[in-house]
Amino acid sequence: MITLNDLLVMVPELYLTAAACFVLLFDVFINDDQRDATHWVAIIVMLVGIFLVVHGQPDTTATAFGGMFVRDRMAEILKVTVLIATILMYVMARPWLRDRQLFMGEFYSLSMFSVLGVMLLVSAGNLITVYLGLELFALPAYALVALNRESKLSSEAAIKFFVLGSLASGLILFGMSLIYGATGTLDLHGIFAAAGTTTHPHLLQFGLVFLVVGIGFEFGAVPFHMWLPDVYEGAPTPIAMYISAVPKLAAVGLAYRLLEVGMGPFADDWRIMLAIMAALSLVVGNVVAIAQKNLKRMLAYSTISHMGFVFLGLANPTPEGYSAALFYAVCFALMETVAFGVILALARKGFECEMIDDLKGLNRRSPWFAGMMAIAMFSLAGIPPLWGFIAKVLVLKAAIDGGMLWLAIVAIICSIIGLFYYLRVIWVMYFEQPAEGVEPLQAKPDLALRGLLSINALGLVAMIFFSGPLLAWCRAAFGG
Amino acid sequence: MISQNLLIVLAAAPLVGALIAGLGRKQVGRAGAAAIAILSVAISFALSCVVFWQLVWGGAPVFNHDVYTWLEVGKLSIGIGFLVDRLTALMLVTVTFVSLMVHVYTIGYMRDDPGFQRFFAYIALFTFSMLMLVLANNFLQLFIGWELVGLVSYLLIGFWFERPSASFAALKAFIVNRVGDFGFILGIAAVLYAFHTLDYSAVFAQAPDLAGRTIEIVGGHPWSLATLICLLLFVGACGKSAQVPLHVWLPDSMEGPTPISALIHAATMVTAGIFMVARMSPLYEMSTTALSVVLIVGATTAFFMGLIGIVQNDIKRVIAYSTLSQLGYMVVALGVSAYAAGIFHLMTHAFFKALLFLGAGSVIVAMHHEQDMRYMGGLRKRMPITWITMWIGSLALVATPGFSGFYSKDQIIEAVGESQIFGATYAYWCVLLGVFVTALYSFRLLYMTFHGKERFKVEHGHDDHAHHQPGVLAHAPRESPWVITVPLVLLAIPSVIIGWFTIEPLLYGGWFGESIKVLPGHDVLAKMAEEFHGPAAMFLHSFTSAPFWIAVAGFAVATWVYLFNPGLADRAARTFLPVFKMLTRKYWVDEVYYNLFARGGVKLGRAFWKGGDAGLIDGAMVNGSASLVERSSRVLRRLQTGFLYHYAFVMIVGLILLLGGLWYWGLR
Repeated sequence: MITLNDLLVMVPELYLTAAACFVLLFDVFINDDQRDATHWVAIIVMLVGIFLVVHGQPDTTATAFGGMFVRDRMAEILKVTVLIATILMYVMARPWLRDRQLFMGEFYSLSMFSVLGVMLLVSAGNLITVYLGLELFALPAYALVALNRESKLSSEAAIKFFVLGSLASGLILFGMSLIYGATGTLDLHGIFAAAGTTTHPHLLQFGLVFLVVGIGFEFGAVPFHMWLPDVYEGAPTPIAMYISAVPKLAAVGLAYRLLEVGMGPFADDWRIMLAIMAALSLVVGNVVAIAQKNLKRMLAYSTISHMGFVFLGLANPTPEGYSAALFYAVCFALMETVAFGVILALARKGFECEMIDDLKGLNRRSPWFAGMMAIAMFSLAGIPPLWGFIAKVLVLKAAIDGGMLWLAIVAIICSIIGLFYYLRVIWVMYFEQPAEGVEPLQAKPDLALRGLLSINALGLVAMIFFSGPLLAWCRAAFGG
Repeated sequence: MISQNLLIVLAAAPLVGALIAGLGRKQVGRAGAAAIAILSVAISFALSCVVFWQLVWGGAPVFNHDVYTWLEVGKLSIGIGFLVDRLTALMLVTVTFVSLMVHVYTIGYMRDDPGFQRFFAYIALFTFSMLMLVLANNFLQLFIGWELVGLVSYLLIGFWFERPSASFAALKAFIVNRVGDFGFILGIAAVLYAFHTLDYSAVFAQAPDLAGRTIEIVGGHPWSLATLICLLLFVGACGKSAQVPLHVWLPDSMEGPTPISALIHAATMVTAGIFMVARMSPLYEMSTTALSVVLIVGATTAFFMGLIGIVQNDIKRVIAYSTLSQLGYMVVALGVSAYAAGIFHLMTHAFFKALLFLGAGSVIVAMHHEQDMRYMGGLRKRMPITWITMWIGSLALVATPGFSGFYSKDQIIEAVGESQIFGATYAYWCVLLGVFVTALYSFRLLYMTFHGKERFKVEHGHDDHAHHQPGVLAHAPRESPWVITVPLVLLAIPSVIIGWFTIEPLLYGGWFGESIKVLPGHDVLAKMAEEFHGPAAMFLHSFTSAPFWIAVAGFAVATWVYLFNPGLADRAARTFLPVFKMLTRKYWVDEVYYNLFARGGVKLGRAFWKGGDAGLIDGAMVNGSASLVERSSRVLRRLQTGFLYHYAFVMIVGLILLLGGLWYWGLR
């Protein structure tokens, strides 16, 4: 029976459902030249969402609908970060979308439904909710990638994303059915309890492999990463920014719910699988990124390597490990928004600023944007004392504490290799001359874009000093 | 109760000021930058006074809290927090007051400089860094402040970076400080090793446990842990406070603008080492060996660096060597466990030395940036305010009875006389003879600058920027504007009176409370307290004491030689040529350092570069592995064919491999 308490626990999600429907309808009744109204309404919706998530957060874990839905600290951190990343995307995307006649209401309502899916997913307490959240997140995302219908590249990316996503979703569903078969329950805590005493461990282990494959796909970990570079390249840049930040956060929640909450007794099995995927991702991501000339593709391979780092944290199933992974994912999402934000700020009608060479001599043309890109690159590369470095130290420590010294060594060697392509961006910006015929930067990018991007970039710097409180928050999320 | 928010504003205001003045160049303009920087430091000064008042008269307890946790590594948690006790409060007021004076003074001194705004950004940033250093409640925060002040010092010494001598001096200061900081961070590491925490209060609470603990760095030779920690920390203090043998950077730092010499290289930053040792008194008390080292180093600096001051002709360099010598006095006080006396001298010295530097700056402005005293003389009538205030500063420096420097320096000398630790006799003679030296160079400076005949010519129409001719000025020197003279007057007041009012509480009233800890066996100030009957009695007694008559002798010699018998000095220099040469060459320390460390370092680096780096590492390892990565990169990217069915195939292969691996190794 549905009680009032169930509804109260789910207030942010219920609110977002209603708000997304409202935005969908609202947009129908306005003219195309009033689209700014939708834009601001969407941002307010997200801000109120953050308020509801933080404000209504109970001190202890609360559940609704008999454990189907869980509201805890980890979900809170992930939801807040997802909502912040979405706001950043809205603000930074507007000039880009408008220049390309893509400034449509669908963009807002689709992304809101997708965010809703992520929020459900990270709060899932039951395999059904997990799957529901996953699909609710993914389906609008496929459509978002295809937002630019005129572009072949965009449609191609969407089809690839959709087919491979469906495949992954099928595999994960198959794994769930095996687990249900072995334990007779869909509730994650129930699975945990049953897994400890099961008489069919093989069935559970096989189911586990399918779950791990699905998780690997969401993260974009090697060898389930193939979709990622093509989607980054083909998707409209704001959507690529969304895909680079939000699903990774969702995947941390997904991995924690499925692997720790559900399949905890089989930790020894899945941490090895994660470690293998981590090592492969680190090697492939960093090595292949070097050969890229397209900035977005380079960022895609960089993402793959960073997912290897997140796995480093997850491969140590303790509060320290999980909090390090969560910390890393939050940090990564907010670094990506800066990198993509600079691309968006520099792009203009007829110029995508997608190639690394497009950044040539950027420091001469616009030192502030070059500086922000440099902050993002240094942070992604993990140069001390930037935030990315602190995050890397934490996951490396988690891996070493978890007895995976070899993995930490692989990670360190790979991040040295990775330095090359981050530094190349900086080299190009600061030490090369602009190519012949490259137009100067557009006079002034959108004020809101500039402002928020600057705040985001300076925030990365400020986190040098405030990573302690964030880490404490992440630790508290896992009772550490 | 001191409010935490107040402290945050106190510390952060100069940082905000620095950011606005530095980053908002176009937006705030020159006047705006100056106004914002001054305002921010004025806020800090006002709040420092509030804090001081609350602690001393308001009955507020010592403030020691973390504002937030900066990072946690394993069991080590490092916060950013504040420790505000009376030691801190005294430093706060001194630092912010001198800083405020220097800020105001800068308006006049840097008026025509194109780097006006940059300068204000730097000095406001310096004030922030110094406040962080002073307010720290753990070693790491101390280290951050320590490094920040070093950085700003580097930036400001090299402020006129287009001059080769300035950038050289900046580099020298930075590198020499690096040596000190290396020792310092090793000392912090040793603290962490010994106590497993970097928090002051926790470390000091455990300090007595250090007794008898040893550490074996070279096998079979146990060293006292307390001595090791203290000596390593003292290496840092030697670098920052310019003690022998790391003193070489301070005279060269005079290449920076004069306000900086006053603020950073006389009044505040160079005293950081003194402050640090006083703050660490619970640790230093555990090691008599370390105290003896501190004492001997300080005494050597006090006497021998003062001697060099006698032969300098650059007005700022004379004061620079005087600073070295006075820092030596403070270190001596620390060495005999008279920490309070050291801090007391730090405070009085901050006022009169800032005054002397700013006065010298006023002279330099009037002389169109001529700093050689051989081309000055007779300025007394042309710039009366500067002349009088410089006299006041010098009288304070030579410890004329009644002036602030008298109370602080006399007590140090007496404390050394009372001390029984190893090296005290040597130190006593050094500080006693140092009084003569101090008087000699101080009055020499005054006479050469303000008295006697004018040794410069005024040629109207002479363009002193085009080709500089020593001793030829375009305009007659005249008194500086009020933004320069007002700080002089405001600094002259405490230079005269502050000692009278503060000696009794600071030295004999147990004023510092828990912030300075002295073992009963070392407590020379307690012994002296029995003979102390108030500042007036001390004033009267001084006329029968040795230091006074030694200072008078210095005064007499200076007057005889430099006022009445010009030319005698040159004859004396020729007669004692070897001694004179030794002093002008500064004991050949620079030469040794350049040839041994600088050249040797370059040679060593070259050998490694040619042999190790270019051949082995670059050729075989770096380029080899780089081309391996590049080749594998090209191969691996071919896997990304772009065909959907290939992608799906790879996924399925991945799945099968995971399943197969599980089947083979992992089934239960």
